[in-house]
Amino acid sequence: MEIDWLKFFFYCYAALALFGATMVIFSRNSVRAVLFLVLTFVASAGLWMLLQAEFLALILILVYVGAVMVLFLFVVMMLNMNLSPLKEGFVRYLPLGILIAATIVAQLVWVYKNTDMAALHLGELAQKPADYSNITELGLALYTDYLYPFEIAGVILLVAIIAAIALTFRGPQNRRSQNIAVQVATRKDDRLRVIKDVGPDSDLKA
Amino acid sequence: MLSIVDYLIFSGLMFGIGTMGIAINRKNVIVLLMCIELILLAVNTNFVAFSRFLDQTTGEIFVFFILTVAAAEAAIGLAILVVLYRQRNTINVEELDELKG
Repeated sequence: MEIDWLKFFFYCYAALALFGATMVIFSRNSVRAVLFLVLTFVASAGLWMLLQAEFLALILILVYVGAVMVLFLFVVMMLNMNLSPLKEGFVRYLPLGILIAATIVAQLVWVYKNTDMAALHLGELAQKPADYSNITELGLALYTDYLYPFEIAGVILLVAIIAAIALTFRGPQNRRSQNIAVQVATRKDDRLRVIKDVGPDSDLKA
Repeated sequence: MLSIVDYLIFSGLMFGIGTMGIAINRKNVIVLLMCIELILLAVNTNFVAFSRFLDQTTGEIFVFFILTVAAAEAAIGLAILVVLYRQRNTINVEELDELKG
């Protein structure tokens, strides 16, 4: 019997991703949760690679694991918080959570089982030619048909950068810097102090 | 043989885990943000699967934009979280109840 390697890798990556996702929501330590989220994203990138979405799979690893998850990790490590009170009520809400998740999954699976979508198999799809480039095709679509959405996406990223900096910027904390507004608004009384009576014993006399 | 239903069930399970995480971790804001990332990942997997099985790039373009918006959301969410922690010294959702309105 020949092994269906596509299916084998699919189940390996899917099991890894679902295991990682489960550990994200159940782990007590936030740092460990972020690391399991990284595992989930890497396994999902493998799944996307099986669908021949190479560019998006690499973007998921580079941008998501490389940037967003590292940002999460930085924030989790920076906030030196006590985690034990944050886990209270965990057991109390567990049945509710399982109920919600089971309902959603059961509904989805019921719908999927009653469609004829399963007729199409991944191995039987039209194979791309050998010189096919996923990035070229995405780029062609992105810079022609989706030019305005692409530019709006750029603006959204710019807004996100400015908003994140504006939210967290606290001004100079530990260094001396020039505040021009204060300098301009200063008055004579702030700087000058007139001492009227200087006695003969004062050390202010030369 | 591997069909689209396998991918859809996988992403359905991922979506279910994400919603379950939101239901049970209702105190830790960071874990809530991570659960949103899981849900977005499930949706993106659906998009990529349909894009491949229907042989269209539209789905992959959409995933591209979702990733962009999700990255922006994560950056702003974490910035808000840092400001919140500086001011209140906690990230417990239940203690963040001072907003009037």
